[in-house]
Amino acid sequence: MSGSASLAARADGPPAPSALALDLTPAGGAAPWWRRTLRQGSFEARIALRNGEQLLLTLVLPVIVLVAAARTTSLDLGTGDRPSLALAGVLAVAVVSTAFTGQAIATGFDRRNGVLRLLATTPLGRSGLLAGKVLAVLLLVLVQVVVLGAVALAVGWHPEALRVLAAVPAVLLGVAAFTSLGLLLAGTVRAEGTLALANFVWVLLLAGGGLVLPSPIARVTDLLPSGALGGALRSALAGGTVAAGPLVVLAVWAAVATAACSRWFRWE
Amino acid sequence: MASPLPSLAKATTAPAVLVEDLRKSFGATRVLDGLSFEAAPGRVTALLGPNGAGKTTTVACCEGLQRPDGGRLQVLGLDPVADAAALRPRVGVMLQDGGLPTGVGALEALRHVAGLHTHPLPVDALAERLGLTSFARTRVRRLSGGQRQRLAVACALVGRPELVFLDEPSAGLDPQARLAVWDVVREARASGVAVVLTTHLMEEAERLADDVVVIDAGRVVARGTPADLTRGPAVLTFVARPGLPRESLRLALPVGADVVEDQPGHYAVLGIPADPRVAATVTSWCATHDVLPEGLGAQRRTLEDVFLDLTGRSLR
Repeated sequence: MSGSASLAARADGPPAPSALALDLTPAGGAAPWWRRTLRQGSFEARIALRNGEQLLLTLVLPVIVLVAAARTTSLDLGTGDRPSLALAGVLAVAVVSTAFTGQAIATGFDRRNGVLRLLATTPLGRSGLLAGKVLAVLLLVLVQVVVLGAVALAVGWHPEALRVLAAVPAVLLGVAAFTSLGLLLAGTVRAEGTLALANFVWVLLLAGGGLVLPSPIARVTDLLPSGALGGALRSALAGGTVAAGPLVVLAVWAAVATAACSRWFRWE
Repeated sequence: MASPLPSLAKATTAPAVLVEDLRKSFGATRVLDGLSFEAAPGRVTALLGPNGAGKTTTVACCEGLQRPDGGRLQVLGLDPVADAAALRPRVGVMLQDGGLPTGVGALEALRHVAGLHTHPLPVDALAERLGLTSFARTRVRRLSGGQRQRLAVACALVGRPELVFLDEPSAGLDPQARLAVWDVVREARASGVAVVLTTHLMEEAERLADDVVVIDAGRVVARGTPADLTRGPAVLTFVARPGLPRESLRLALPVGADVVEDQPGHYAVLGIPADPRVAATVTSWCATHDVLPEGLGAQRRTLEDVFLDLTGRSLR
């Protein structure tokens, strides 16, 4: 087992000297956790912003819905001023698009392609990967809020600071609930199934889940995260109130989905 | 600080990977059946085996991606699952299925992995060495298999790990790319990195590895340096015109000898070790039959011969 003998016997000899010599001397170290999370979050957000299909879902369709809902009078958006109600509904749609549908599809394919496996072996680890995903969703929702807010101004929305502030907890709890639901879907169903289901659920919630329009079956939809998010945002933006009921519903969904995720999420 | 003499480092330092009696089943299928080996710093250890032998599962256990059912497993002296957070910055991983993010440019992916470490290699130099610059901005999903392989090797090394796992690093590479990868692996070894790679390519194990661990059906069937493994009685071979009367030559040789013609015109004397007397007998027999034996000499067994002897010839 003499190492030197086997080295001497090697026909290839030592590595050829190279103009681009690398100092491969071991110096492994992890960047601080906050930098890893920031990097992963901005990395995933950049990927999402370059993905045409996802942009369609997260920005183009919400803008169309916003303009249509604010300008037409044939839809009953509920009681309150029309642009505020339209913006509330469309922000709810935007949160579901990004946190649930877009994120579930991306995570589902990352899981199938082994990206979750590989990143779990880097200093990021599994917890950093999840933290990065949540940060990416928050960054994307921020972009959506800015774009949709600007479009809403153009179609006659008059923002009031208190009402905008009242919407913040609804957006944050909505992100929490739908991100964990999206992860639960991506971590338990195969990628193609996730793709189909995430889009199907999005259409379903948009049509009758109480996101944009107050639901005709409010007793049911008020208990859904979609109805709760739509309701909370309408209360905030059109009424200037923080609606406790819908926020509790969102918090419960977030807690249950997070627990289910840690129990059933499969990394590969 | 890397030791200038990797062979001495082996004697004085703890193994980078220590695997003892590793066991793992998936359902009723036993994948690892009491597998043991060690990998030392400053050496390239090749896990060589046919498809389905358990190489990837072994590496996945070492990377903390799979939990073994039984046995002892230490990576840099730590437990791959319990101490995963401490190991991740110090261990580089290249997976067989890649696992690279697909929606970004090649170098963007590499920069991202580099940014998760404190003292990464300069990305541009690494990219140049592994020939990544020609497709630096191409989305990962559009890269060819060989381009992805090289990018994955770069991602495994960019954090300057002490230990690197490369699962089939040269699968799908053309000869130039393979040499480029081998050169970088040799440099890592010279810097004291422990390299563990899986391969079913004999040439890779023979030319790149210091230690070869032959795995079949979840067990180690042989291990040693390539020289150790191919040691053994050499065989006398020569080339002459096809169709020589082999029976006549066999009778001229000592008892126990057999003469085979593997390919037309390629002869080997089996059953007895090659020595000067056998060579003299063959030469004089050839002279009386008006044959010029070309390339007459003692031939070592190749790693492929050893491998096929150990793992059989049936397809997996």
